[in-house]
Amino acid sequence: MDLAHLIPILVSTVIAATPLIYAALGELVTERAGVLNLGVEGMMLIGAVSAFVVGIKTGSLLLGFAAAMAAATAVSLLFAFLTLSLQTNQVATGLALTLFGIGLSAFVGRGYAGMPIERVPKLDVPGLSDLPVIGPLLFSYDALVYLSLGLFAAVSWFLYRTHAGLRMRATGESPSVAHAIGEPVIAIRYLAVMFGGAMAGVAGAYLSTALTPMWVEGMSSGRGWIALALVVFGTWKPLRVMLGAYLFGGVTVMQLYAQGFGIDVPSEFLSMLPYAATIVVLVLICRDPKTILLNQPASLGKSFHPDA
Amino acid sequence: MSSENRLGALWPFRLEKRPAPSSAMRLASPLIAALAMLITGLIVFTLLGKSPAEAFKVFFIEPVSSSYGIGELLLKATPLTLCALGLALGFKSNVWNIGAEGQLTIGAITGGGVALFLGDSLGHFALPVMLIAGALGGMLWASIPAFLRTRFHTNEILVSLMLVYIAQLLLGYLVHGPWRDPHGYNFPQSKAFAENATLPLLIEGARVNLAYLIALVLALLSWFFSSRSFAGYRMLVAGLAPAAAAYAGFSEKRNIWLALMIGGGAAGLAGLAEVAGPIGQLQPVISPGYGFAAIIVAFVGRLHPIGIVLSALLMSLLYLGGENAQLSLQLPSSITGLFQGTLLFYLLAADLFITFRLRRVVHAAPAVLAN
Repeated sequence: MDLAHLIPILVSTVIAATPLIYAALGELVTERAGVLNLGVEGMMLIGAVSAFVVGIKTGSLLLGFAAAMAAATAVSLLFAFLTLSLQTNQVATGLALTLFGIGLSAFVGRGYAGMPIERVPKLDVPGLSDLPVIGPLLFSYDALVYLSLGLFAAVSWFLYRTHAGLRMRATGESPSVAHAIGEPVIAIRYLAVMFGGAMAGVAGAYLSTALTPMWVEGMSSGRGWIALALVVFGTWKPLRVMLGAYLFGGVTVMQLYAQGFGIDVPSEFLSMLPYAATIVVLVLICRDPKTILLNQPASLGKSFHPDA
Repeated sequence: MSSENRLGALWPFRLEKRPAPSSAMRLASPLIAALAMLITGLIVFTLLGKSPAEAFKVFFIEPVSSSYGIGELLLKATPLTLCALGLALGFKSNVWNIGAEGQLTIGAITGGGVALFLGDSLGHFALPVMLIAGALGGMLWASIPAFLRTRFHTNEILVSLMLVYIAQLLLGYLVHGPWRDPHGYNFPQSKAFAENATLPLLIEGARVNLAYLIALVLALLSWFFSSRSFAGYRMLVAGLAPAAAAYAGFSEKRNIWLALMIGGGAAGLAGLAEVAGPIGQLQPVISPGYGFAAIIVAFVGRLHPIGIVLSALLMSLLYLGGENAQLSLQLPSSITGLFQGTLLFYLLAADLFITFRLRRVVHAAPAVLAN
């Protein structure tokens, strides 16, 4: 395999990983505040359909992304209201959000299946994009790819270098202690859930306007769940989560290129790869219970009521 | 604290924990949720420019106004009841198997495989063997999350869900490849099952079959298991008070295995019932998401067998109503999924009032010191 083959594979890997980075980093922040939102898949679909429909109606992809973020944040707010204000079970409510998102997106997207939409444009950096090897490898992407790196930097900085990040992590580790020292636990968790929602919205929008510029019912095909697995795989640390996303991007892309390399395996088996890989990495990470015990936010998934 | 006071002026109620959970509310909550969903639905219909009365008739009355319609109601309730019964036992003991859709698919493959390759030689025994093979297939698929959870502490939610996609791709491979009917004009589907490998119908002129009776019998057994057997009691304790279960020496691993085996077996049976019933062959898609809808059925049915039988009928009606609305009102059938999700949201919200109640708060005048 020479460089000429490798470059397109690496480029596709980065592009396939980008929606996973947004969704997984968003969920990481949510979980760091102690909330498990299993609705990522549903929020992504709502983001995907919103970006697509608004993008077509207005002709502006920017408005499309704004709509995706707004819509996904709105449904995440519904989740937050149920789990944080009404104390419902986070697992059941997250599942409900995913089922609701699948239904709502299919409903909103009726009549839009198969319509063409303009793809998110690539940023051409004069001079740099034309460089051999480096040009395509580093300077051939759309803005969302570069912004995902910015998101990684921002989330890392926020979590580990800011006072607000520290307060949020404290809320995730021990809400009762955080409450006792006067932290607005519920408000912090609301914000964390909404951030996760907005990022899932961007991830979904990226699917329907950049990765495969079209709308198909259920088009996220499990990426929201893979993002959830990535947070566990990355042991709730931004850098590992992002590297995990690239790894998964690579697995997703491998299925597309495998046949090109003369690997004669039915396409269905190649399509199983990302899902099988998710199971394998979960086993690798969870094998030692200490890994989870030491890294998982201590109050993850548990309801908190100030009076209790 | 000041934010709470400001809110208090707008909303002069506060949630207060009940001294004991309200059992009346536990039963009323699914009804409240169904009613709220109905009202939401009628509002959505109105917004879409349809007459709410007409829509109500099309969605909830017309589908069940003939004996064929009643048969369809029971037919669609069959996989929902089966899957939800199995899932409910797991949810009660804190085992979150959400991959029933995948276990259903594998059950269809194993049971359907028996029909395709052994159907002729088995004669009258074809159906019983298919039922067993279907259940075993579902159990086999559920044994993966069970094994990984008990051996490697791997979260069963994510594993069972990933296995849904793998199972569907496997079915796709089989019907596009080795199991495709050579005389099927290249359609991705298997041969049609023979007469002896098809479930007998229950009512003349309707499609509901023997599997619904099996589901009802299993509902009875499941009620007996959870309320009368020691194994069922252990699972209940594991769900309500994991620490107490551990202290009493109840094996967590055994619970996890039991929950996933029952859930997988029931879902596998449901898959077999679809392909040996209304479908009659293997196809790339054999379920419109019954395995996922069953999660909602289980919760709306209060994880109780009788509740599940009833809520499966409601959910089945939503499917039929959606199909009918597509035909006569040109509404998208995806509206069914929207209603299903909404129903679960309302239920979860209404459940709040099992343990909490609303109390009017009377605010004292703010003390001078506070300023």
